[in-house]
Amino acid sequence: MSAPLLKVENVSKRFGGFTALDSVHVSINPGERFGLIGPNGSGKTTLINCISGSLRNDTGSIVFGGEEIGKLPAYVRLRRGIARSFQIPRPFRSMTVLENLLIPIDFGGHGQSSRQAMDEVGVILEKMGLASKADVMSSQLSQVELRKMELARAMAARPKLLISDEAMAGLSSSEIDEVLALLFKLNGEGITIIMIEHIMHAVMRFSQRLVCLEAGRIICEGTPQEVVGNARVQEAYLGA
Amino acid sequence: MRWTGFWIGAALFLVLAYASTFMVTNTFFFFVGYVMLQFVVLATAWNILGGYAGYVNFGTSAFFGVGVYTAVALFKAFALPLPLQILAAAVVGTALGVATGMMTLRLRGIFYSIATVALVIILETFVVNWKFVGGAAGIQIVRPSLPSFFPTYEGMLFVVAAVLVVIAVAVARYVEGSWIGRGLRAIRDDELAAECSGVPTLRLKLIACGISGALMCAIGAPNPMYQQFAIPGAAFELPYSVSPLAMALIGGTAHWIGPVLGALLLSATQQYLSVTISSELSLLALGVMLVLFVIAAPEGLVGLLRKVGLFKTGTVRPSNEKGKGT
Ligand SMILES: Nc1ncnc2c1ncn2[C@@H]1O[C@H](COP(=O)(O)OP(=O)(O)O)[C@@H](O)[C@H]1O
Ligand SMILES: [Mg+2]
Repeated sequence: MSAPLLKVENVSKRFGGFTALDSVHVSINPGERFGLIGPNGSGKTTLINCISGSLRNDTGSIVFGGEEIGKLPAYVRLRRGIARSFQIPRPFRSMTVLENLLIPIDFGGHGQSSRQAMDEVGVILEKMGLASKADVMSSQLSQVELRKMELARAMAARPKLLISDEAMAGLSSSEIDEVLALLFKLNGEGITIIMIEHIMHAVMRFSQRLVCLEAGRIICEGTPQEVVGNARVQEAYLGA
Repeated sequence: MRWTGFWIGAALFLVLAYASTFMVTNTFFFFVGYVMLQFVVLATAWNILGGYAGYVNFGTSAFFGVGVYTAVALFKAFALPLPLQILAAAVVGTALGVATGMMTLRLRGIFYSIATVALVIILETFVVNWKFVGGAAGIQIVRPSLPSFFPTYEGMLFVVAAVLVVIAVAVARYVEGSWIGRGLRAIRDDELAAECSGVPTLRLKLIACGISGALMCAIGAPNPMYQQFAIPGAAFELPYSVSPLAMALIGGTAHWIGPVLGALLLSATQQYLSVTISSELSLLALGVMLVLFVIAAPEGLVGLLRKVGLFKTGTVRPSNEKGKGT
């Protein structure tokens, strides 16, 4: 087996007296489709924040591509290849959709020419069904369009690892299918993907491996079937 | 408008400014003109951080005052000529801007603003106690002899201010259109998302602080020569903090022309009012206009012009400058 792309070891994160992550271990292989589930408030977004650099982990190590990245600022982690979408969309409101996507292209450190950049953005917008919105101000987008733009902006960074934080909430079932197909396609191109999702059929279909968090601890890890069949998961998450 | 157009306009402006020193005999023209140009520089400088990045500096007068006193100190100690005083002030301003930024910018938004208020008080107190530059009582400046290619001192200082305007506006215009400007805009919209999109937020904010501080200090430097006097109470005066901010907001912060228009409009109004009525009233007028604009035209004059179709901006395209932020 090849070395893992991302290795999270013993990562804890506290907010004051509250432990949001308690000694979490996760190891993700290159090219893997990895699912992260857990009830609301279980620490999924916090884990993503620690991996992408929006938060610093209190303990443990985060190794990406063989390099300890736990102390690197978020923008450097993006340039190393970690891109994430935000659960609550965070668009650049004074910019058009196109300009939003140009930020990670301009600052992602890949040195594209402007023509290449425009081509790339065009392809991504096309894929995400946002082509007609390219010159629309992002402040005018609907919630669904904003979620799509979140993913599109993450893709524009040309990531090695793409983290999608509940990107499908609020999407119609045909849109979910579209986004799923897209993520499958990206994965087929070699991009490793972490999917956080409440829509179970989507995350079950997508993930090769699934981890369930509860109250900041990993309570189960395995194939989607194993995890969903696990009694603790059913109790904690599925409210059985 | 591309750079060629800009430089032609700038050259024209400088030629006119220089020509006016021979053609205009009324020195009042130069007094008013100098103050207007001074505020164009201050508003433009303020906007680089306050407008583009959304970090509100309430301490413009700290930078302006430091510019004034850098010039005074160097003039008194070494009789340094004015261009070198300005250059030195710009260097000090860069350092001061970056240092203030380093101390405060890791904290977000409002903390920077509060710190800038403190900066004014600290620096003014320092100068008040610095006997070499005259302390609280101030210092008289005896103007050195006038370079032969200027007919009057007022005319020369007016041209100096015009040159600084061109430099400030050119810098702002460059920043706005470059990767720096795009990064700052992303920071203003959403700093966390910017950082997660590869924008080196701290570094860009420090660059903006440095540029902004340099320009503010630079335009402070010729002021003692213009006043023939320097006193801390005036150099660190509140209007130097309030006006540039108000001018940029009223003109519009999104485009470099905004602070220019805002500064010209407001400083002309203010000077008219302080000559005809009183200077207190002129400050009041500024406050009233600011409130009106914030409520009725949050995007300033530029926004209004755009709405009526008199002003267009090109769409942003990716930059292919090398080495951006790496
Ligand atoms: N910045 C923060 N400060 C304080 N508490 C936080 C912060 N971020 C998250 N939390 C808390 O940590 C817990 C986990 O949150 P989160 O990671 O967002 O959960 P999930 O994404 O699984 O729904 C929640 O109880 C939340 O209130
Ligand atoms: Mg979450």
